[in-house]
Amino acid sequence: MQTSTEKSPETTPQVAESKRQKRAARIADHASGSITALLIKIGMLAVVDAIAVYGLFVLFLRQDWVIFAVVLLVTIAINVIYFKRGLLPLKYLAPGLVFLLIFQIFVVGYTAYISFTNYGTGHNSTKEDAVSSLIQSAQYRVPDSPTYGLTVVEQLGAFSFLVTDPDGDVLIGNTETPLTEVSDAEMSGDKAVSLPGYTSLNFTDIVTNQDAIAAMTVQISDDPNDGALRTPDGSSAYLYLSTLAYDEAADTMTNTETGVVYSDTGNGAFTSEDGEELLPGWSVVIGAENYLTAFTDQSIRGPLIAVTTWTFLFAILSVATTFMLGLFLAVVFNDMRMRGRKFYRVLMILPYAFPGFLGALVWAGMLNKDFGFVNLALLGGAEIPWLTNEWLAKFSILFVNLWLGFPYMFLVCTGALQSIPDELQEAAKMDGASPWQVFRRIKFPLLLVSVAPLLISSFAFNFNNFNLIYMLTNGGPRDASASINVGGSDILISMVYKVAFVGANRDYGLASAFSIIIFVIVAIIAIVSFRQTKALEDLN
Amino acid sequence: MSLTTPTVAATGTPTEPRSIPTKRPFKFSRWFAATGWRHLVGIVMVVFSVFPLLYVLSASFNPNGTLLQSNGLFSAFGLDNYVDLFNTPEQPYAAWFVNTLVIGLTTAIGTVFLGALAAYCFSRMRFVGRRFGLMSLLIVQIFPQLLAVVAIFLLLTTLGDIFPILGLDNQIALILVYLGGALGVNTYLMYGFFNTVPSSLDEAAKLDGAGHARIFFTIILRLVAPILAVVGLLSFIATTSDFVIASVVLVSPERQTLAVGLYQFVSQEFSSNWGVFAAGAVLAAIPVMALFLYLQKYIVSGLTAGAVK
Repeated sequence: MQTSTEKSPETTPQVAESKRQKRAARIADHASGSITALLIKIGMLAVVDAIAVYGLFVLFLRQDWVIFAVVLLVTIAINVIYFKRGLLPLKYLAPGLVFLLIFQIFVVGYTAYISFTNYGTGHNSTKEDAVSSLIQSAQYRVPDSPTYGLTVVEQLGAFSFLVTDPDGDVLIGNTETPLTEVSDAEMSGDKAVSLPGYTSLNFTDIVTNQDAIAAMTVQISDDPNDGALRTPDGSSAYLYLSTLAYDEAADTMTNTETGVVYSDTGNGAFTSEDGEELLPGWSVVIGAENYLTAFTDQSIRGPLIAVTTWTFLFAILSVATTFMLGLFLAVVFNDMRMRGRKFYRVLMILPYAFPGFLGALVWAGMLNKDFGFVNLALLGGAEIPWLTNEWLAKFSILFVNLWLGFPYMFLVCTGALQSIPDELQEAAKMDGASPWQVFRRIKFPLLLVSVAPLLISSFAFNFNNFNLIYMLTNGGPRDASASINVGGSDILISMVYKVAFVGANRDYGLASAFSIIIFVIVAIIAIVSFRQTKALEDLN
Repeated sequence: MSLTTPTVAATGTPTEPRSIPTKRPFKFSRWFAATGWRHLVGIVMVVFSVFPLLYVLSASFNPNGTLLQSNGLFSAFGLDNYVDLFNTPEQPYAAWFVNTLVIGLTTAIGTVFLGALAAYCFSRMRFVGRRFGLMSLLIVQIFPQLLAVVAIFLLLTTLGDIFPILGLDNQIALILVYLGGALGVNTYLMYGFFNTVPSSLDEAAKLDGAGHARIFFTIILRLVAPILAVVGLLSFIATTSDFVIASVVLVSPERQTLAVGLYQFVSQEFSSNWGVFAAGAVLAAIPVMALFLYLQKYIVSGLTAGAVK
């Protein structure tokens, strides 16, 4: 169009290089590298390597072997690529590829993995964490238990309990490590008050950090069933026992009051015989259960189908309406005799320049049922539920998207129309064609050729047009019959977001399964449309 | 409505460049059939386009500040909303603005740089796997990052435990996530443009002793500056209007971007926060709109040039 697009796709014909040519190229390459460039290269690699070594050190200490291996491999690969001769294409591709591999390709694979787990509210940590937090949550203070003298001490920003037990032994421990005996504590009376290497907290410090200190539980021994110390005041600690006891050998949780035994049934939570689950649980791989739920559970399958249908309808209608209006305007304003075309054009593309999410929010205000401008000022106080009735909400979405999207189509169509040579029109006129015929038979097909790829990308954009839906209607009105957080005007992507991140009950596993389902749908469309347009043929 | 008839086109109005400037009595019906009705369409469309913008401008200057009271257009004037915007601790607008600019600009520069490196490579070098690489970039784009937002969230949660700088609520982590999308459509736009730069230039430079790095940084990058600007702007706009990933990654209010912060602020109490929101929207939109109108010619040509191959 405006820029020249006429070019041969093949820029340099592949010429077989002889050995001598290769050597000459290498020498030239070598001679051209200036010292500064080399220094910059070494400097940047040094920075990368330094960060990598730091990372490897941290990972080694934490024994995160998987991430350790990944970081190590990436670092080695980068060093090989930039220090070895040759591999020139990789030198240019590597920086972008690293990001692409981690934040685009890896996360897709990770999404697939999560979709096979029960990750979500109540199932978001390891089994070990679940055991300790269950025991902690069921703790009660042992009646008439002895008092432990307590000094709260701090080291490197972490608090520990320095306690003197009723027998006079001095012990130290924190939330991570259980109590261990120490010998070099400084005593005041029969209570330990400080320990070398630690800072004792004074009264003001304790008041400032009282929430953190009151929440601390320090296990008496390695076995969580022995109980833990807690402090109500920061100067004395008491023994707390849990009504839940964990039996490591049998892998069961027992409620010591009721005697109910909860066992690990593979669902990521301790479950009693009559099906009662103790939460929090932990995340486990549950196979294809999320997919089965999506397709068989009536309260999810129904909304899923409705949302998918609406997503397609929304994307198609959005492209159709904006394209028709944009094309109409392009034809109307593509008349040289008309004055002030520039003036109209600048004002009409303002909605396109206005940030889209703000546009949706402004319209959400104007279409508000009770206080909005449209109902109160334009329609004289009508109470039309533009955004809260399912069908009106869908209509409003399309209408607002027309406002947001027609300027783009107008610009694109104007460009395409102007690039069609005038001679064609002249020739057709000579042959006696009416203006409508000229448009229908000559201009429109030519225009469609150049605009078709943009229509496809516009479809793809609207298919995932999260901002418009979420900001305008929030997906509402809420579908009360569905067992997930989904509404009448939700599209697939906003449904995924709401299932995963909105409300008290977050289900990452199910949301990921939805993501994968969308991916499959989109991939099928893409393959079909690639076949149709043969877009891949001009890649060479 | 039908288009103009050939007779009208032939006689023309005085503005028609090719017409002979003869005085003709003005006839309204003829004028209306030729261009007058176009002005009618234009006026209707201008009202449709501009009205919501005028509405939000008026609401931002209305000191009463609720949704209901914003309906009287320009009925009252005051800067109270703008003052409130910068003086309310629970909605740190200035911080949002700065965050958006920093994140958007960093991402745009990074995207342009990474994309240009890859586009240069695909355009100028012939290597094993080149075609496959180009095709993979197209296919990877089918799965947008939006869909993987759960995985991104969990990945950053894990990484944050080890390196806080790469964790949730950190803007550097967010920028890195955005850079994951640097290759892809951008590379395609640039690849098409790089191909239009004749490779005889590179060869001449090579004969003069320039290495690939010097050719890339000092010759090619200057010649393709227009497409770099377009990709940078598109990436900036896409980043600043992203809600999904930003809302998941950035947790604390003073670290959020405009899209996340303004949405959450206005969604808490939709009606009563309206005036302050309007002021925030006006301030957020003005720089973007100004830049956009200034560069619109390049954006349109960039979009069409990249798509039409």
